Amino acid sequence: MEINKLTISKIHQGLLEKDFSALEIAKEYLEQIDKKDKSISAFLTVAGDSAIFQAKQVDKLISEGKSIPALAGVPCAIKDNILVEGIKCTAGSKILESYSAPYDATVIRKLKDEGVVILGKTNLDEFAMGGSTENSAFKLTRNPADFNRVPGGSSGGSAAAVAANECCYALGSDTGGSIRQPASFCGIVGLKPTYGAVSRYGLIAFASSLDQIGPMAKTVQDVETVFNAISGKDELDSTSADYRYQNIGSDVKGLKIGIPKEYFVKGIDKEVEKVIKETIKKIEKQGLKIEEISLPHTEYALAAYYILATSEASANLARYDGIKYGLSKSKKDNILDVYLESRGRGFGPEVKRRIMLGTYSLSSGYYDAYYLKAQEVRSLIKDDFEKAFKKVDLIFTPVSPTTAFKIGEKTKDPLSMYLSDIYTVSVNLAGLPAISLPCGKINELSVGLQIIGKPFEENTVLKTASFIENLVI
Amino acid sequence: MLRFLPRLWQEKKKGEYQNKKLYMIGKEEVVKIAKLSRLELTEEEIKNMQKDLSGVLDYFNTLKKVKGKVKTSDLIKKEESLRKDQAKPQLDSVVKKLIEAAPDKKENHLKVKAVF
Repeated sequence: MEINKLTISKIHQGLLEKDFSALEIAKEYLEQIDKKDKSISAFLTVAGDSAIFQAKQVDKLISEGKSIPALAGVPCAIKDNILVEGIKCTAGSKILESYSAPYDATVIRKLKDEGVVILGKTNLDEFAMGGSTENSAFKLTRNPADFNRVPGGSSGGSAAAVAANECCYALGSDTGGSIRQPASFCGIVGLKPTYGAVSRYGLIAFASSLDQIGPMAKTVQDVETVFNAISGKDELDSTSADYRYQNIGSDVKGLKIGIPKEYFVKGIDKEVEKVIKETIKKIEKQGLKIEEISLPHTEYALAAYYILATSEASANLARYDGIKYGLSKSKKDNILDVYLESRGRGFGPEVKRRIMLGTYSLSSGYYDAYYLKAQEVRSLIKDDFEKAFKKVDLIFTPVSPTTAFKIGEKTKDPLSMYLSDIYTVSVNLAGLPAISLPCGKINELSVGLQIIGKPFEENTVLKTASFIENLVI
Repeated sequence: MLRFLPRLWQEKKKGEYQNKKLYMIGKEEVVKIAKLSRLELTEEEIKNMQKDLSGVLDYFNTLKKVKGKVKTSDLIKKEESLRKDQAKPQLDSVVKKLIEAAPDKKENHLKVKAVF
């Protein structure tokens, strides 16, 4: 039996039946990381000692005959923009290269209550800004299916680690597609929850009105188990909602599925379109009703998203000033020079670009034409979805217009990289839940189906994803 | 710039772009925004930024075509749950770590260079 290919429920069952110990599982995964991560580079920090310690705690509970939660002893990886007390948290940036997390994020506290084993922290685009993980200041992560290709981003390290069996599941964060797109590129399942379903406390902020933490794993059921553990109201995040996930929902077969016509126009890779359409046909045969819908403001979503995300980022990243924590540089004796030099040297090119774009969009004279206009478009996009959801229960689209692209293919032109987020950003603007589900392959490269649901209806999204998962395998 | 747009927009935009030269933002403007952003940029970074920002800002102008106006007052979310404006004490162990993280400090205080 290959322990590192087991799902969460299989590990749980094995622990209960004493087929293996939590320590054995942790060691197996750490060995896998040791063997594979030289070529994949999914991890920025491997926390071997603390993982072993956490595993032993779980074994102690089992030997004492105590009941253990579903995630106890199941090894996971955490994106390196989520704080885990005592472990370095770099956000993929030189400005936080030697920053150690002083406390746990709420999601980590919740996982620790479940008896989590944290194997380490995974690579990402600097401050989660990017769609390929190439913007990390430290490492180039490779797609486990093809080492010449990107794993997607920004949660590329988490996606690659899951796909390469270097962890059982991982946490990522999604501001404009950063969980769904790498999940699609690496052939795993990734859920971006409804805005407010999961606490953002302890997540290094990029764009606070769009950021959400979510699970990435090999199966829908695993994603559901992790989502159940990390979601819920948190008084430390005033935007978190009073919400408790419940595994309920009507029969999948009566559901109405909307296919937005604006997502299937020229621009999408023909092969990707074919895989998605074939999947939709299979679903139709199972008795689900398929209906064409319109989301008329789709073509404005990307511009609106990049204005709002960069504007929020320019404010959020003001905290990296060379004074409170992180990199601090100055040859002169003036506080302004501390800011200018520390930030000038600490941030990479993409982060600088986005701070500049955000500052520009918010500056006097441009505010109305950019920031305010983008807010208006955001509300129009929300209305589009609200109207559509009066007619249908779920919306199906591709996750990305292409499969995983080659390393270096889009790094020269920032706009070309931004355009790969075209199918995912609207969901963040509207605050909706959406999952990326592998539904086929083109030359060994995975294609993801995006299933978008109504706010806080993760149960319908997950149930349907699970149903389709069984159809396409 | 044009070749990076997905075809769906390329087709729509062809006419619009054919006779129009891309507006380049000036060096002085980049320097001004960099200062507002508290970023020190090298000469080369300024040059690249001029090119990159111009491309993206030009793309942002797609929004000029959006019809309909939303009242700005409608954009503010009516908060149902505001937190109380109360300071909450943090664990001493955490406070210690927060202070330790500061690059320059004296006892329990962070040291900064002269403001004026």
